Amino acid sequence: MDEAAPIVAIDGLVKRFLARGRTTTALDGLSARILPGRITGIVGPDGAGKTTLMRLIAGLLLPDAGSIRVLGRDAVAEAEAIQAEIGYMPQRFGLYEELSAAENLALYADLHRIDAAARAQRFAELLRFTGLAPFQDRRAGKLSGGMKQKLGLACALLARPRLLLLDEPSVGVDPVSRRELWRIVENLVGEGITVLWSTAYLDEAERCAEVLLIDGGTLLAAGRPAEFAARMDGRSYAVAVPESGRRALQRRLARDPAVVDAQIQGAAVRIVLAEGAPAPAGAVRVAPRLEDAFVARLAHVRARGESARPTLAARAAADGPAIETRALVRDFGSFRAVDGISFSVARGEVFGLLGPNGAGKSTTFKMLCGLLPPSSGTARVAGVDLGHAPARARERLGYMAQRFSLYGDLSVRENLEFFGGACNLRGARLGARIDWVLDGFGLRAVAAALSGELPLGYKQRLALGCALIHEPEILFLDEPTSGVDPLSRREFWSQIGLLADHGVTVLVTSHFMEEAEYCDRLCLIYRGRTIAMGTPDGLKRRAASAALPDPTLDDAFVHLVADYDREHPP
Amino acid sequence: MWGRIRALVVKEFRSLWKDPKVRGVLVLPPLIQVIIFAYAANFDVSQARLGIWDEDRSVHSRALVERFEISDAFRRIETIDNPQAASAAIAAERVVAVLHIGPRFAADLLAGRPARVQILIDGRRSNTAQIVNGYAGRIVEAFARERVGTGGGVALVTRAWFNPNLESQWYILPGLVAMLTFSMTMMVTALSVARERELGTFDQLLVTPLRPTEILVGKTIPPVVIGFGEAHLMLAAAVFWFEVPFTGSLLLLYGSLIVFLLSGVGIGLAVSSVSQTQQQAILGVFLYLTPAIILSGYATPIANMPEWCQWLSLLTPNRYMLVLSRGIFLEALPLELAWPQLWPMAVIGVATMAFATWLFRKRLG
Amino acid sequence: MSGRLISFMRLRGLVRKEGLQILRDPSSIIIALIMPIVLILLHGYGISLDPRDVPVGVVVARPTADTAGLFTALSNSPFLKPIAFADVREAEDALRRRRVDGFIVLREDFSRNAGGLARPAPIQLVVNGVDANSARILQGYVEGAVVTWVGSTAGERRSPIAAPIALDHRYWFNAELRSANFIVPGLIAMVMTLIGALLTAMVVSREWERGTMEALMVTPASMTEIMLAKLLSYFTLGMGGMAVSVGLAIFLFGVPFRGSFAMLTVIAMTFLIAALGMGLLISTVARNQFVAAQAAFVTTYMPALMLSGFLFDIGTMPAPIQAITHIVAARYFVDALQTIFLAGNVWAVLLPNLAALAGFAVFFFVLTLWRSRGRLD
Repeated sequence: MDEAAPIVAIDGLVKRFLARGRTTTALDGLSARILPGRITGIVGPDGAGKTTLMRLIAGLLLPDAGSIRVLGRDAVAEAEAIQAEIGYMPQRFGLYEELSAAENLALYADLHRIDAAARAQRFAELLRFTGLAPFQDRRAGKLSGGMKQKLGLACALLARPRLLLLDEPSVGVDPVSRRELWRIVENLVGEGITVLWSTAYLDEAERCAEVLLIDGGTLLAAGRPAEFAARMDGRSYAVAVPESGRRALQRRLARDPAVVDAQIQGAAVRIVLAEGAPAPAGAVRVAPRLEDAFVARLAHVRARGESARPTLAARAAADGPAIETRALVRDFGSFRAVDGISFSVARGEVFGLLGPNGAGKSTTFKMLCGLLPPSSGTARVAGVDLGHAPARARERLGYMAQRFSLYGDLSVRENLEFFGGACNLRGARLGARIDWVLDGFGLRAVAAALSGELPLGYKQRLALGCALIHEPEILFLDEPTSGVDPLSRREFWSQIGLLADHGVTVLVTSHFMEEAEYCDRLCLIYRGRTIAMGTPDGLKRRAASAALPDPTLDDAFVHLVADYDREHPP
Repeated sequence: MWGRIRALVVKEFRSLWKDPKVRGVLVLPPLIQVIIFAYAANFDVSQARLGIWDEDRSVHSRALVERFEISDAFRRIETIDNPQAASAAIAAERVVAVLHIGPRFAADLLAGRPARVQILIDGRRSNTAQIVNGYAGRIVEAFARERVGTGGGVALVTRAWFNPNLESQWYILPGLVAMLTFSMTMMVTALSVARERELGTFDQLLVTPLRPTEILVGKTIPPVVIGFGEAHLMLAAAVFWFEVPFTGSLLLLYGSLIVFLLSGVGIGLAVSSVSQTQQQAILGVFLYLTPAIILSGYATPIANMPEWCQWLSLLTPNRYMLVLSRGIFLEALPLELAWPQLWPMAVIGVATMAFATWLFRKRLG
Repeated sequence: MSGRLISFMRLRGLVRKEGLQILRDPSSIIIALIMPIVLILLHGYGISLDPRDVPVGVVVARPTADTAGLFTALSNSPFLKPIAFADVREAEDALRRRRVDGFIVLREDFSRNAGGLARPAPIQLVVNGVDANSARILQGYVEGAVVTWVGSTAGERRSPIAAPIALDHRYWFNAELRSANFIVPGLIAMVMTLIGALLTAMVVSREWERGTMEALMVTPASMTEIMLAKLLSYFTLGMGGMAVSVGLAIFLFGVPFRGSFAMLTVIAMTFLIAALGMGLLISTVARNQFVAAQAAFVTTYMPALMLSGFLFDIGTMPAPIQAITHIVAARYFVDALQTIFLAGNVWAVLLPNLAALAGFAVFFFVLTLWRSRGRLD
């Protein structure tokens, strides 16, 4: 191991929470070392204790047992001295939405007592650094998700902290902004700042110098990402398939006991084999990733098949496209958010709306579910014109919002009862549908728990269950797995795949490219217009170049957006 | 349609009832408040602190002072012997009034000249001052009659209908119940919508097959039921604890209460339909509530207000409910007389709900 | 607990932030500045406990010069509006329908007895007792009119004046007993309770709900500074509301102001600090806007309305309720305000009230700081 003294030393850390008479253990004797001058990633499934650990390091919580030493000080006795030397960016960073970007910065500068002379220089530096200079007079509430995160980061960096704690900073941030965020943080490390970055995205964790894998409140493993990946050498393969049959193949492979992980990637299914299992015929060996190690590692811990798959009756084929828009336009005052978007989604298709934050995809999405009337153009959903009979259209669609937006103060069963009742189900039929969701999504055990207190992955499943309770023909998903850990994500998407194969049409918005890989077709929206439409592999091909022969969807996204900007200067 | 509404109503009740803090603020405070405030809300004066400044010191003046002392309205607190002491005692609020008997009181009385007695009253609380003055006048008058022994002249015999002993509580309680129920109902309604909007569940609600009208109906029923239950609890306290007579029709009271609560919910929905956050909703409720309490005639009769205030008071449902609940309690108000109070509340309820529905619809296109 | 000194720069930054938030959300400005104007206009022009032109029915069984004289005397009273009814039944019906608040019955033998010495001429007054207070006041007005009439006709009669002792009354501090004079100071207390407790309770719980408190807590800013900044900002807003109220009261409604502005400022500041302390305490306990609003309503707004002496005189409440009013901060404030407006700097009243308010201020502050240590759990 390294010679340098650890900047954070954690020994036997225990943290319990008492909620409504029940004690839950968030951290259970966790010990770890965080070394200076590098980015350390914290990864682990939802509910593993990542946020609790961050808060303990920041001195916001008191441990029940064990010790934390941060920058050589005790986190309990000297919390305030530590807080003066660290920067912390919580999951929901505390930006004041009524204040402009510059005013938010000024507030934190005052709090850190940065004097006027140093301030001007520091502001200029940070604004340039984060690319926020043109937006400094905009209210924080009106910034896009990516800009908010960058502003939050700038605020946390004001006092030149020695240690920077980032709690899932890239959730809800589009690929372009995510790259910028990484560039900024990597520069910081160059300046000698130590960074602790918790994330649910393992492609991100791969860029860290060191990774701590946490589950069940204990440290499962620690090491360099490459070391993790190296251990998986020879177990990762890609199986090529025609794009139409890939979901069935993925499901078949996932059920195979010799396969730990099967994941759709364009026109291929990427698999990770169980230890010592032989590779299937026709599989091409690929380089192992950190994510493979993560999945393989946790597959041991977690019982497999924990979530049963919902069974579905095949649907009678109906005529016409499931969703069709023609020249959809939406204005907000003088600002045209959506500028003539037309597309058509066939029944049983998984269709993705992609785009950077603020490009107009959420507005389009809202118009399609009838939450926002279009300024002009038409939208038909399940053959019903939203302009004429929105309620009739809503009976045939299921909707899953971006943020968890079920009733957190109701139990899982009560939420299902409500949404079922609101969708005209009652009596035995409702009971049967609730059973279907509870069993199909593995929620039986938590049926009586308050939904607000469930781990994120469970919440996501419940939200999907609520959206599906009335067997809708069309399913609307707004960034469904943003911030969800890889295991829950896989589960979620395999359920979506199954639904699509049974004739359910799925419309997804996302700026998380792994989600996009699951789509049959993608529509890339930028500056209110459609700038590209096609299959995931089709979009990748458009971005392929000599320098980058095999681009990822992420690369394609960044490339297509940059191209459009070049051809159509704003 | 009713199945969908029922699902929403059940959900609303569960949401409210799950949180022990919410349960706490909804049940106990109304009952405690009605009991404490009913005792507090009293315009009667008893045992008013009196200073005595007797310059005459005769048998007659002492007899008059004694009349004050034995009356229930006054109690002697201090004896005063100069004007400075009198003003100091009043200014420092040691006494509410000073009875001043001049040095020639007995002489005038015996000579048959009009004898003068003065009462100095603290005017900072004008209502108390007026009542104290009335009591003092009555004591002096009775004293005079007895002295002179006259049986002639004119006598005023007063009889009070509906409330023979003029008990303030009988008047205040039915009104207090209406006011407390009204504020609670408005707050629950306004916050329930604003909260869903802040937490993002409102969009989820809007994409279900529930139509905007159904959402409003579903949001209306729980506060009405809660308000009805609370009102019932408080009315029971009025009847069994304070022994306010209940002379009217219980059915009419229930009917009026429901119309009244519906109008309160309508206003709450209207407030929440124009506010974006919970803070705005709550402040909006208070912005309406505070003037509405004043204008409703809860503490001061509407008839005493200038005309424009009386017009404004037509917009406050509690104005009508106060008349109804007091009337049904004390006067056995018949339906025929209740009707003129009932329909304006219904109009307010329908108008505000229509406004809220229109706004919600507008947002949905 | 915080061992750090309070930094001026941090405080200034936090205060500026609060100020910008106040300026950009109109709802708090409306509560602080518009609400007092509305309330004071309503009260100043609208609310009065003094009835005027009370409709009172008169039923005359046999019209004579005497009954006509009494009717004129009733009409001459500025407080009464007599309406003639043909018979008792009609008058009773009018009373039920609230067209009159009471009625007077002059029986057949009224004139005969009024002239003679044998028996007093009975005047029967029937009042609607539902509103006990108004009923009592009406009774007083009718009595006054009758006495006036008897006096004016005494010369023509053989009967002696009914009352050989005259009672003069003098109201101190408020000679004409204007309701506005005593209600407006009470209103100021209501408005400041709303700003101090309700608004503050809402804004702090909002910081918890939105997660901004967590970000503030890891900065070097201490809880003391965060709370102090809220205090200073809403303090300014509250004093603004106070200035508007006092200005309107004095200049528009001519409410007399006999004390010193310095003393008024000191008392208002102390009360505001106590109210803000309560608001902060509620919000640190509630951390949820719904519960915070309800709690502020029940523990500050309603007691300020009912138990402060603003509407109902504390002196007339039963002893246990009087005891409860001692824990209502608004009680001391209303008392002090009424005195400082109408009576002047009466130290015997002002100082004990000021001391009580200071006690509240300290109590709530210590409790708030103790409750909100710089941790999440």
